[in-house]
Amino acid sequence: MADTSLGYWLVPIAMLGGAVRVSTPFLFVSLGECITERSGRINLGLEGTLVMGAMSGYATSYLTGSPFLGVLAAGIAGALLGGLHAAICSLPKVNDIALGIALMLFGTGLAFYLGKPLIEPTAPRLPAIDFGWWSDIPQVKAALQINVLFLIGVALAPLLLWAFRSTRWGLVLRTAGESADAALAMGYSVNWIRLRATMTGGFLAGVGGSFLSLFYPGSWNEGLSSGQGFTAVALVIFARWNPMACFGASLLFGAAAALGPALQSVGITQGYYLFNATPYALTLVIMIITCSPKRRLIGAPAELSITK
Amino acid sequence: MAIARRLASAAEYILVPALALLCSLVLFGAFVGVSGRSPLDLYFYMYQGAFGTWFSWQNTLTRAAPLILTALCTALPAQLGLVIIGGEGALLMGALAATAAGLAMPSAPPLVVQMSMLLVGAAAGGIWIVLSGALQHYRGVNETISSLLLVYIAIALLNHIVEGPMRDPTSLNKPSTRDIGAANMIGTIPGTDVHWGLALGVVAAVVCYVLIFHTTFGFAARVSGGNIRAAKIVGLNVGRLILIVCMIAGAMAGLAGTIEVVAVQGRANANLAVGYGFTGILVAFLARHNPLAIIPVAILLGGIGASGGLLQRRLGLPDASILVLQGIIFICVLASETLYGRFPLLNRLKA
Repeated sequence: MADTSLGYWLVPIAMLGGAVRVSTPFLFVSLGECITERSGRINLGLEGTLVMGAMSGYATSYLTGSPFLGVLAAGIAGALLGGLHAAICSLPKVNDIALGIALMLFGTGLAFYLGKPLIEPTAPRLPAIDFGWWSDIPQVKAALQINVLFLIGVALAPLLLWAFRSTRWGLVLRTAGESADAALAMGYSVNWIRLRATMTGGFLAGVGGSFLSLFYPGSWNEGLSSGQGFTAVALVIFARWNPMACFGASLLFGAAAALGPALQSVGITQGYYLFNATPYALTLVIMIITCSPKRRLIGAPAELSITK
Repeated sequence: MAIARRLASAAEYILVPALALLCSLVLFGAFVGVSGRSPLDLYFYMYQGAFGTWFSWQNTLTRAAPLILTALCTALPAQLGLVIIGGEGALLMGALAATAAGLAMPSAPPLVVQMSMLLVGAAAGGIWIVLSGALQHYRGVNETISSLLLVYIAIALLNHIVEGPMRDPTSLNKPSTRDIGAANMIGTIPGTDVHWGLALGVVAAVVCYVLIFHTTFGFAARVSGGNIRAAKIVGLNVGRLILIVCMIAGAMAGLAGTIEVVAVQGRANANLAVGYGFTGILVAFLARHNPLAIIPVAILLGGIGASGGLLQRRLGLPDASILVLQGIIFICVLASETLYGRFPLLNRLKA
C-alpha cells in the first residue's frame, strides 16, 4: 500500500530511483555504441547483444555462484557478437545497417534458445550499495539502493570523453570515423580499428544486459528487454556522440521508462501500456526536433552510414 | 550474347542466395549437433514439417501469406534506398483498425464488412509507414530507427486498446476485442485449408512487381533510389515518390494484419504480434527486394516456421531454434553480398 503521507510525491521519488536503476543499461549500451560509431561504423544489433548479455550473465552467475563473473561473461559474449558484426562488415559490399538488424534477430534468438532452461532457477544477484541510510522514508531508501555498475558507468562517461579528446587511441579512433582515407594514409588499418571499437562497444552492451538479469528486474525471461538496447542506439544520435551527453540522456530515458511503474505504485493503472511507451515516443520526438533535412548533424562522424 | 549476359546475371542472383541458404543450413546443423542431436534428423524433420505432407504444405502456405505482404513493406521502400523495418507495427495497426471497422458495422452484409476491413486495415498500415517516410524526407530522421520505434509504440497502443477501450469483458485470460463474427470470416481456397489471404498476397506481389519494373512511376522510384541528386535534376518529385511508395508498403503490411484477423484469429489481441513483420524483413533481403522473388522466398521461410512445431515435438528443440536459424540465414545472406561479381566464369559470360 502506498504511503499516504507522501501522496503524489512518490511519483518523482520513484522516477528518481527509476532514473538511476533503469538508466544503467541505457548508459552502458549508449557508451558502447558511442565508441563504435566514433570509429565510423554503426551497430544496430546492440538490442540482441543486450539480451544475449543478460542471458549469459545470468547463466554464469547461476553456474558459478558469482554475479561478478556473470558480468564478465556477459561482456565477453557481447564482445564476440560485436566481433562477428565487425568481421562481416569488413568484407566489401556488406551493409552495416542491415547486418545490425540481422544480429539483433540472431542475438535475441540465440539468447532465447540457450536461456530456455534458465527461466526457473534463481541466480545470485549483484549487491547494491545503500546511499539512503540518512532517510527514514522507505521509498527514498529504495530509490537510493545504487548498484556498483551504475557507478562504473558514471565514471566511464568522463573517462571516455577525455580518452576521445586527449589520447592517441582516441585520436586514431576518431580519424577512422572522420576519414578512412586519412587513417589509411597514416598507416592504420581501418578495419582493425573498427573491429576493436565494435568489440569494445559489444562488451559494454553485454555488461548493460547483465545488469537487467542480475540486478533490475533481476531475473531471466524472454520479455526482459523490450527495445532498451535499440533505444540506446538512437540515444547516441541525440547525444551527438558525446559520452557525457550520453550519460545525461540515459538518466532522462531511465526516468521516462520509470514513469509507468511509478504511476502504478500510487494507484494510477489507467494507460499503463501507454506510459511504458514513453521512452520510444520521447526518442522519436527528440529525433524530430534535433534532425534536419538540410544539413548533417553536428558532431556526426563523417564516415557514418546512417547520417550520410 | 545479350541473352547469355542476362542469364549469367540471373544465375548469379539465384546462385549466391542459394549458397548462403546452404551455408546457413550447415551452420544450423552444426549448432544443433553440438547439443547432441543428429543434424540429419534435423534436416529430415525440417523437410517433413515444411513440405513433407499435404498437411504441412497447407501450414506452410498459410504462414507464407502474411510474409509475402510484410516483405513487400520492406522491399518497396528499398527501391528508393530506404531501409524500413517497421512492418510489424503497420501489421498491428492494420489489424487493430480493421477489427474496429468490422465491429462498427454489425448488420452489414459480410462482403461489405470484409471489403471495408481490408480498406481500413490497408489505410492504417499505410499511414503508419508514411510517418517514417515523411519524417525521413521532411525532417531528416533516419527511417530505420523511426520505423522500429513505431513498432514498439504500436505494440503499446495495441495492448492499451485491447485491454482498455475495445476489450471484450468476457475475455478473461487473454484480453481481446470482441469477435467479428463467423459470418464475416474469409473462407479457404476450395480443396485446401489455406485461406484466401495467400491469393491476395500473390496478387499483391505481382502488382507490385509490375508497378516497380514496368511503369514510369516505378522507374522514377528506382532512379531516385539509385541517385537522388540525378532524380532531382531531372525534375522528379522525390518527396511525393517517398510518400506514395511508403503508403503502398505500409498498406501491404496493414493487409497482412487484416487477413490475420479476418481469416485466422477473428479478433485482435496480443497473439497478432508473433513476428511476421520481422520475418518479412528477412524475406525481403533474401529476395533482394524483388517482389516476384518474394513469393517463393516467403513460402520457404513459411516452411521453416511451420517446421518449428515438429522440431519441438520430435527433437525437443526450444521454439526459439527457428529464430536462431532465421538469424543465421539473415547473417549469411548479408555476408554473401560480397560474393557478387566474384565468379570468374559468370564474369566472362557477362562481359
